[in-house]
Amino acid sequence: MSVKVLFFASLRERLGRSEMLLDSNSALSVREVWEQGSGEASLPANVLVSVNHVYADAETSVKPGDEVAFFPPVTGG
Amino acid sequence: MLHVELREAGFEPWQYLAEWQRQQIPAATARSGAAAVFVGTMRDFNEGDDVVEMYLEHYPGMTERQLESIAAEAIQTWSLDDVCIVHRVGEIHPADAIVLVAVWSAHRAEAFTACRHIMEVLKHQAPFWKQEKLATGSARWVEKNTQG
Repeated sequence: MSVKVLFFASLRERLGRSEMLLDSNSALSVREVWEQGSGEASLPANVLVSVNHVYADAETSVKPGDEVAFFPPVTGG
Repeated sequence: MLHVELREAGFEPWQYLAEWQRQQIPAATARSGAAAVFVGTMRDFNEGDDVVEMYLEHYPGMTERQLESIAAEAIQTWSLDDVCIVHRVGEIHPADAIVLVAVWSAHRAEAFTACRHIMEVLKHQAPFWKQEKLATGSARWVEKNTQG
């Protein structure tokens, strides 16, 4: 099983990737998904995160099969 | 009732609203003593620069879910009769409507408050990102919302 990782907007452009699969057979934290998915050490304070379309934080647990998204502050409306 | 729509095609908000009210909530005209409406339109300037076009990116699936959840919470909190949210995605030009929020309730206080609340929460929680194309030819991501 794997975790689907998505990056949006300016964060996608900065990292040069929009989507990837992380192989994982055990639970990871959002922080670990960020480190492995982005290749960067710590989750920046201004990066928002969701797990399965619900807002989450660095300590949220991620299971195989989950979808994790990282994105900059939102600017709709 | 709760209606959320994301659309790439442009729309005329007042026509959309009249049509939606006529088709979806004929009974609400008697039940709802108040309706409040907000329409957000694209400006041709931002932070001192001329803006000629905008691209509105979103997170398919999560954006709809967030909007539905914001509307459902407002219905619960203010006992609203109906909520209608329409938001553009993709390419947008100055003077185009970007967002329409309309709420119906028994009395005006709930309608005014809920409409404002939905708009503010949408701006801070719904996953949309604006990229502006400037008159100079360059493109830049909008990094934060303007003050309400």
